[in-house]
This record gives sequence, C-alpha cells and structure tokens, in this order.
Amino acid sequence: MNSQDPQVVSRRPGFLTRDALQKFFIVLSQLGYQILGPVVRDGAIQFDTLSTADQLPRGVSNDQQPGHYRLEQGDNQRQFDWNHGPQGLKPLCFSPREVLWTEQSKPPAFNPVPPSIEPTAVIGVRACDLAALAIQDRHFLSGSDPDPHYRQRRESLLLIGVDCARSAATCFCASTGDGPALDGGYDIGMAELDEGFLIWRESDKGRTVIDQLDLLPASDAQLETMLQSTTQASLAQQRSLPDSDELLLLYKRLEHVHWDNVAERCLSCGNCTAVCPTCFCYEASHEMSLDGETAQMIRQWDSCFSSTHSSMGQFQVRSTIKQRYRQWLTHKLAGWQSQQGRIGCIGCGRCITWCPVGIDLTAETVAVLEEGSLDV
Amino acid sequence: MFDPHVPHVAVIDQRVQESPTIFTLRLQYEDTRVQDAFEFDPGQFNMVTLFGIGEIAISIVNDPLDSHFFDHTIRVVGRVSEGMSKLQPGDHVGIRGPFGRGWPMEQIKGRDVLLITGGLGCAPLVSVIRYLMRRRDDYGRISILQGVKHADDLIWKEQYSVWSAERDVRVLLAADVATQSWQGQQGMVTELIAQLPLRPQRTVALLCGPELMMLAAVANLREKGVQDGDIWFSMERNMQCGIGQCGHCQIGPKTVCQDGPVFCYDELADFFGAKGF
Amino acid sequence: MSRQKPKLAVHKFSSCDGCQLALLNLGEPLLQLPALVDIVHFAEAGPSDPAAKVDISLVEGSISTPEDVQRIQQVRENSEILVTVGACATAGGVQALANFANRNDWMSAVYTEPDQIETLQTSNAIADYVKVDWELQGCPINSRQVIGLLRDLLSGVRPREELQPVCMECKRKGLICTLVSLGEPCMGPVTRAGCGALCPAAGRGCYGCYGPAEQVNDASLLQRFSQLGLDRQALARRFHFIVNQAPAFKAAGERLKGGSHDRNA
Repeated sequence: MNSQDPQVVSRRPGFLTRDALQKFFIVLSQLGYQILGPVVRDGAIQFDTLSTADQLPRGVSNDQQPGHYRLEQGDNQRQFDWNHGPQGLKPLCFSPREVLWTEQSKPPAFNPVPPSIEPTAVIGVRACDLAALAIQDRHFLSGSDPDPHYRQRRESLLLIGVDCARSAATCFCASTGDGPALDGGYDIGMAELDEGFLIWRESDKGRTVIDQLDLLPASDAQLETMLQSTTQASLAQQRSLPDSDELLLLYKRLEHVHWDNVAERCLSCGNCTAVCPTCFCYEASHEMSLDGETAQMIRQWDSCFSSTHSSMGQFQVRSTIKQRYRQWLTHKLAGWQSQQGRIGCIGCGRCITWCPVGIDLTAETVAVLEEGSLDV
Repeated sequence: MFDPHVPHVAVIDQRVQESPTIFTLRLQYEDTRVQDAFEFDPGQFNMVTLFGIGEIAISIVNDPLDSHFFDHTIRVVGRVSEGMSKLQPGDHVGIRGPFGRGWPMEQIKGRDVLLITGGLGCAPLVSVIRYLMRRRDDYGRISILQGVKHADDLIWKEQYSVWSAERDVRVLLAADVATQSWQGQQGMVTELIAQLPLRPQRTVALLCGPELMMLAAVANLREKGVQDGDIWFSMERNMQCGIGQCGHCQIGPKTVCQDGPVFCYDELADFFGAKGF
Repeated sequence: MSRQKPKLAVHKFSSCDGCQLALLNLGEPLLQLPALVDIVHFAEAGPSDPAAKVDISLVEGSISTPEDVQRIQQVRENSEILVTVGACATAGGVQALANFANRNDWMSAVYTEPDQIETLQTSNAIADYVKVDWELQGCPINSRQVIGLLRDLLSGVRPREELQPVCMECKRKGLICTLVSLGEPCMGPVTRAGCGALCPAAGRGCYGCYGPAEQVNDASLLQRFSQLGLDRQALARRFHFIVNQAPAFKAAGERLKGGSHDRNA
C-alpha cells in the first residue's frame, strides 16, 4: 500500500543508518563541497561549517512561542528534531552585508567585487526555507537584471532537505502549502527515523552524491513512518493564514482600526523583516577611505520598518509605525500575489518567534480582515 | 558578467546653473562604446553616483536623438545632490541606467497632448516637450501648463517662449507667488485646466510634480471628460537600485523604478493619494 | 572648507576622554590624518592651542560648570563647524543623572567641603548652550563614525546620521536575540545603531548607550519587560541611564516613573 503512495513513488528512498551519516559527509567532502549544517550556538540552531556528522545536535528540539525561543535537550538520538533557528537560507544567497563595488578617484573607476564562494552542501534544510528560496530566486534572478552576487552564491549550493517530523507552535506552513514535507527545490531529501534516515535524490546534482552511498532498501514500516510523521506535524500546527484570495482584501482594509492596535505594540525594530526568509529589501551606501582616494559601495539588509526606507529628501512616505506595519503586511500577503504569483509568506513563523514583543502575523491578519471596523 | 549594480564613468562636459538651487549637467560616458549603446525613452532615469558619497535617481531631460551626450537637471535637496552641485566640467560621476518605463510616446501618436507640471516636475517632462517639438507632425495640439511656487523658481524661461511660438502649441504659466514681471497667472497650475479648450476624447494628459497637485489635476481632468486611461503621471519615490530589487520605491504592488516611474492612472488608482503608500 | 588643509581642534569638557580615544584608535587612518588636517588643538594627543581659530571642532563632554559655559562660547566663536561627539556632549552624559536630584544634596553627601566646588545645578548637552552643526552619538563613539564624519566634512557634504535601531545591526551580524532566546531585557529595539551590536554579541542585552532610535515605543517595551520580571521603575532606570537627557529617553523614563502611561491607555 505504501509503495503506491505518490510521495513514496516519487521519492523512492533508501535507508541510511545513523552511523553511516559520516559516510555521507565524507562523500560530500570528496566531491569538493564544504558542509554547512545545524549547530547549537548561543542557545539557538544556527548553520555553520561542519567537518563530521558528530557535530550535529542530538536530541535537541525547540520550544517556539510568540517572542520566545528555547532549545530543549531530549534523550533521543535524533539530529533534526528541531524546527529552525532565526535564519534559513537567506543569508547564504542574499548576504546581510557585502561589498558590491569599489571605486577609485584617480583615475576614476568602478570595479565590481564578485563574492568569494565555494561549493557548499547545506544539510538540514526545511520545506519552508526551500519555498522561501524559490521566492527569492524569482525576485533576484528572474527579471531583466539578475543579481550576479545572488546568482553566484545560489549556484554554489547543494541543498539537502529534511522533512519536518514535528512543528513548532509558531509554524503554519501547512496553511500556506509550503510544508512540513519537502516538495521540490532541493537536491537530496531526507526523512529522519529513530533508527536512521530515509534518503533520496531529487536532482541530478543530488544523484551524484546518492550513487556513492550504499543505501539499504527501505522497509514498508519505515515508509509508513515517513508519511505519518509529516502528516502528524501538519495536523499539530496551531496557526494558519486565510487563503490567498481572502488575503487580497487586505488592500481594502487600509483604514481598519486594527492597524492602530498593532502600532501600539510594534517597536518598528525590523526583526521580523530580518528573520523573514523572503524579505528582500536592501540599501547600498558608500564608505570612503579617510584620504578620499578609494571607496566601497556596501549593500546591506534594510527593512520597511526603518525610517530611511521611504524617505524622499526631507519627506518620509511612511513616518508612523502604523504605516510601516501596514506596508509590510499588505505587501507580503497581498502585493506579492501580483508581483510573484503567490503570497510572500511561507509559514515558517519566524516573525512571530523573533518579534521582541511577540506580534503574531496570523492573528493580526485575521483581525484586519474582520469586517465592520472603518472599512474603506 | 554584466553587473547592473556597477556604474560606468561619465565626464561632465557642461554645467549650467539654472537657478540658485537647480543646475544641469551635460554628461558623456568615458567609454565611447557605452555612450554609443546608450539609448533611452523620455521619462526614464539614471542612477548618478557622486564619487564616494552616494547615488541618486535623476531623470534624463534631453531628446533621445541626442546620441553623444545626456543631460540631468538636478535640484539640491539632500547631501548627494548638494555635493553634486559643486562639480565642474571635467569632473567625473558614475552612471547606471537608463531605468524604468518612460512616457507612452508611441502609443499616444496623433493625440492632443496636455502636459501639466509643477515645480521641478518639469524635468521629467521636458524631454517629452523636446521630443514633441522634434516630431511636431506626429501629434495634435500641445498644451503646456507649468506651475511654480514662486515666480523666480521658473527655469528655462526662454525655452517656454520658443515653444509657445510653435504651431498649435499653447503655454500657460502659473505661480503661487507672482512677481511684478511675472507674465503668467497667479494661483495653482491646476486652475489653468479650466481655461483650456480641451477636446477630451482626443486628449492625453501627462502629469508630473507634487502628488497633491497631480491629484487635483486628475480630478479636474476627469471633470472635463478626459478618460482615466488617458491620464499618465510620473511618480517619485525612494529609488535606490533602479532594477526593482531593493524594495524602497514600492507603491502597493508596483515598484516605481521598474513598473514606473511613469504610470497610467488606471494602474495606480487604488493607491494614488493613499497616505503611507 | 576655507583652506586647502583645514584646521582641526578637539576640545574636552566634562567627560571621561573615551570618545577622544576613538580618534587615537583610528589605526592606519590616524597616520593619514595629518596629511588631511592641521591638528592645532588636541590636548590628549599633544598639540595644545585651545584658543585657536579652526575649521572643525570636535567637542567631547557636557557643560557642568560656569567655566564650561564661558569656554564653549569661545569654542563656538572660533569654529566654523562644531561637532559634538559622545553621550556627554550630545545629551549631558551619565553625569546628568544628577539632574533628576538635588545637586547640593549630592555634593554634601560626597564631599566634606562642598563649598569648595563650583558647579552648575545640571549637566547639559553642548547644544543647550551653543549652536551645534553635527552630532556623533555613542558612549563612547567609535573610529568608524569618526572616519565617516571627517571624510564627509572634508568632501564638503553633510555627514550621514545612523537612524536604524540596534536590532538591524544585530541581525545582520547573525547574532541571537538575547530577549527572545534568553528572556533577557534588551534595549536594542529602541536604541540607535552604530555600535555594531557590541553587547548582544557578548550575550547580554543592549543598555542603550547610543541613545534613542527613531521610534521609542516604551509602552510596548514595558508590557514585554514586565513579563520578563522587569518592573516599571527598573525600565525607567534603563531609559534614565547613560543617555538620560536625550529627549526621547528622558520622556520615556519620566512617563514610566510617573506611572502615567498615556500610550498605554
């Protein structure tokens, strides 16, 4: 029965014991990849360079609530039992701060500064982050002027995804259709079981790696566990967003009283935009050497919550917190639909977890969509 | 690989002080291949870099047929434009562009063209005026309504009298604060619309200037029977990247630097005048 | 700038000298500095000519004595451009905490012969006494800010102001939010960036030494910090700390102390 499930048919996974994970690491290294994976640092899951599989966390899960993130140490052996830390793939392709070009005054010249990159395998990528990456790919690469910095970083990645076998309290990817099971956009897929991993290739790039692993056949019971874990993770989600059509109504609620309510709580600190894996705003500014002979154009993440974001000379288009929060939410959930063909939210819930005051995008959205209050 | 973020070096060929706070730079790319390949539509803009200081979006004011140079008319408003005002012929700047969607010049061939501008709003439209004058037979009646806050703010005075002498061209000027020598009207530029013998079905209106002025103009034009689809305007927002990526210049679902800066009223009606967008 | 090589003075008022160190710690650019400006007065580094007429004066420290009041007028008169640097010069400094109390009581408590001390009743920002052209916020300011400021002035353009909150800098550095992951109250969301998120990088909350960010929503912060066990008076003390006289922090602290919280109503 399991063998006919569409997910099983498309994945056709093999089994890798937990001990054999090191072999996987060795193969990746031999193929020339540096390996980036989850580590526990400063009380959070962060991605860092790994040399052995032993460096992966064990038995670590997370408690995420609005404005609250804590890791929890269990006694199981699972290495991907956590959901996510503050960042997904965004910093890997869209650098938080980088030099775009350098200038010299004599003779006048502008010189591009390509990013320094090496082939990188990222292990432990989640479905929501792959959906976010697809959105950022469209933003930075699909137009008439693709971003060369983003492209070079993006092309260096080998993405090893993992199904989410549990959801955090702030997760709502099921309602946006972006998880918790992997659904495209990765090279190699994994599903974690107590005794090891089901593993499969999704792309040709991934096949080269998988072919060098001696995978065992997956049992029916293992396949069943794979299917059930993501189903249960999905059912366990406590939050959700309305469907896309309903979200378009946000643009009809620009004067709703609830925007004032959010503005009373919002600090305009920009944390939500920094942790959001789809937010793409950046600013670029010059830094000149003291002697005035050379300068750098530095690009860094910006936020629609910053005062300079909408400034035109002395005038700010969005001077109030209310206008800024409204801009962020309406753009992400409505504006992107015509720009990108889908909403700009992938349900990871990071903006809820990492908001210092725990503002919940799902709750605010529903409140604004409720009829009856000063609709325009 | 082509990098849309990196400017090319351009040299300042001429500099004209138009008013105490407005100046024009005539520029030429240092690399002749880049200059030869440079083509633009009226209404498009360049990102202009002041070495080591910053980059600003400035519209191109000359006619696209001028292939050996391009002109930028700049008003001193911030630290970069202030720094740029000190540049002299022979100095260099960086140029990226042209960017954005310009005025629908092909689409409106044969129509009466009504241009309404306020303040330095004339800069994005002046290339249109020059375009129309060079191709006078392709278009119907031309009306130019230019408003300024103070009579002394009006630049290109001689040009206006040259243009008004052309066949079927009407130029009307208005200043909020008039002086003794002022030959135009005193008041808002939008009040001039009522004085025009408009043929609403044949008229296309091109607007540029402060948003409140444009809002008022739209209302007056609709009253006169001009269709929403025949009203176009150039918007201004915080444009930084020029390629629709950095996110600053969004108005609802549109980016001004890429979808605009020229929009048809139809495209932005929901957000035009909405505070905070 | 009037001459080919502008003259620079560094003046000190009531302060700890920490901001002057940002100049001395410039590193390699410090070696370029003499080629760009004539340093005519900078007592901490050697040159001493406090009465010199200069193009640029960097002023550290607050005004807290009658002598300071006289001297700052002189500095203003002698300077084409006057830039205040650091929390003392821009907002009265940590010593302005005494502005909230009776200075005579304090002096009696600390000194055996308070009559010997000549002081004003308050410690104030330089801008309370003379016109200030530009400000560098921070306690202390850092070398990056100094380079940016001097370069812009030498180039003849207005210096740029840092307006984003610390959180933006913190997240760009990939630091983990102490507030969310440790439950430690952090002033980052209401504090101006520029320090490079130094304290969060060391695993502790920001204490607001770069002064108010553009938006200071103290009512919301109070609500959140109360859940973390920090009461109204404790939060008031975080606003009334190093940059206690900056208008936004001063007002926030007073709202909290007074118990009336109009934005909470």
